[in-house]
Amino acid sequence: MASKTPAYAVAAPELEIPVVTSSVISVHDLVHRYEGRVALSGVSFEVQHAELFGLLGPNGSGKTTLFRILSTLMVPFGGRAVIMGYDAAREPDQLRRQIGVVFQAQSIDVKLTAEENLWHQGHLYGLHGAVLRLRIASMLARVGLSDRAHEKAETLSGGMQRRLELAKGLLHHPSVLLLDEPTTGLDPGARRDLWQYLQILRDEESVTVIVTTHLMEEAEHCDRLAILNEGKLVALGTPSDLRHEIGGDVILLDAPDPDALAERIRRRFNVDAQVFGGQVRLERENGHRFITDVLEAFPGEINAISVSKPTLEDVFIRRTGHKFWTDREKEQG
Amino acid sequence: MATQSATLTAQNSRVSNGVALAAFTLWWREVVRFYRQPARVVGVIASPVLFWVVIGSGFGSSFRSSAYGGQQNFLHYFYPGALIMIVLFTSIFTMMSVIEDRKEGFLLSVLVAPVSRSAIVLGKVLGGTTLSTIQGLIFLAFAPLVGAHIRMGDLLLVALTVFLVSFALTALGFAIAWPMDSSQSFHAVINLFLIPLWLLSGALFPLSGASGWIRALMWINPLTYGVEALRDLLYPANPAVFPLTSSFATLILFAAFMFGLAFLMVNRRTTRPAA
Repeated sequence: MASKTPAYAVAAPELEIPVVTSSVISVHDLVHRYEGRVALSGVSFEVQHAELFGLLGPNGSGKTTLFRILSTLMVPFGGRAVIMGYDAAREPDQLRRQIGVVFQAQSIDVKLTAEENLWHQGHLYGLHGAVLRLRIASMLARVGLSDRAHEKAETLSGGMQRRLELAKGLLHHPSVLLLDEPTTGLDPGARRDLWQYLQILRDEESVTVIVTTHLMEEAEHCDRLAILNEGKLVALGTPSDLRHEIGGDVILLDAPDPDALAERIRRRFNVDAQVFGGQVRLERENGHRFITDVLEAFPGEINAISVSKPTLEDVFIRRTGHKFWTDREKEQG
Repeated sequence: MATQSATLTAQNSRVSNGVALAAFTLWWREVVRFYRQPARVVGVIASPVLFWVVIGSGFGSSFRSSAYGGQQNFLHYFYPGALIMIVLFTSIFTMMSVIEDRKEGFLLSVLVAPVSRSAIVLGKVLGGTTLSTIQGLIFLAFAPLVGAHIRMGDLLLVALTVFLVSFALTALGFAIAWPMDSSQSFHAVINLFLIPLWLLSGALFPLSGASGWIRALMWINPLTYGVEALRDLLYPANPAVFPLTSSFATLILFAAFMFGLAFLMVNRRTTRPAA
């Protein structure tokens, strides 16, 4: 593909600034507050080249704040966020050239056609003329919208609009793509397509992709994850490494009096049994053997029992001491 | 160290794309969006005529005054004021699109693009200016009805006046709309400005007949100079209070000041969410 070389590569010799770290994104001790409320407190992590990196956290965990700082929409109170060697607070213009951004909210203009949306977007990134027209055609083909190019964006389906957003973010061939909750409002098929496409981008174009999400099952698609809670980084690693740290199985017990049962299990088996949402929860190697011991020890006191491999939710519970979704957040939807 | 900072400056000038291309694209979008919405097109053409005929005829039969200059009736007197009113409303209200862009998310994608903020102001303000200038010029088609036969050279000056007033007011609208997150609060603030600004511009009653403090207010109202310039150009027989050159000078200063204000608003970097 002729248009594969990014436009900014032409000016690269002058633009090159020695990059100190080998990582594409480096976030160091980031701190932010809104009207006295802490949104981020001392978050640090690094993202490597061509990595699909997830920021996982419940609402209010600080992941949107982090996203805004990385995309140069907001200046942090303290700390540094550096992408491709450019500081988000000090060199926003240089950094903006390196990133493509796909927002959770729609950013396409629905009164314009798909092609016009990309045409304006190209102009904002200094692309124009024949080069831009070629780019638009190839980008529309890549996201499967070639036949809808001349239709107003408001007539496109939700999934198509999202693909147009993606095309908008990728039009200038950024080295880093930032996506905020990209699957919001998409049906399962469109979600799967999107994740597949992000993986293709990583593998074939070596684009570094950062995705925020509040969905555990989506976070599993990422190469590495940063789990955030109340503005703090609570876990960092590959999904499987994070799950392995649980060491064994997760056992859930339904009982008429969970508090009493948890207390008795703690004493009898010397394990850390906790009560979460009306269930007794504990982590244990060889769970299948352990549950027979428990059932024999407390006959008639247990209504139901389950053993499962640890999930990311279990990682979250272990690191924060509470469930991913508190009841208050559930009510808010 | 000196060479390093020199190269940095060179880089910085290269970093933002040309202001022209980004401003052009934002301007073009504003115009395209306008004609894609037929209701707006109809409003632009119908409302000026309605305003002028209804208000002008209504007042015309109620008030007969020699202050308007002998043979002139109120419909004649009111014509330049009506023109300014149209430009005033259209200019400021087109900038409601700033709030819409912010809400619909389009603005976000502009803010994360390597585009200087001045291109955003320039594109949006010129877009609004284009629309209200066109509307003002359409209204000029009625000039022969009030006995104003404009010469070719004067027509250019009339167009320039309309453009300057449009530009200044659109920039004002931009500056007000930029920090706002709801169109209701925009309406509230705008109404506070709009009506007094227009009432005290000599659009409805002449400067010469006004009492002391009202007259002082009219003197410092930049819109007065727009109305005066139009009056001068449309009715050369009835000389205006201010000479044409000083009216133009004031309008240019007004436009520059308002654009500067919009530019300052847009360049504030904050630690608050940008949208």
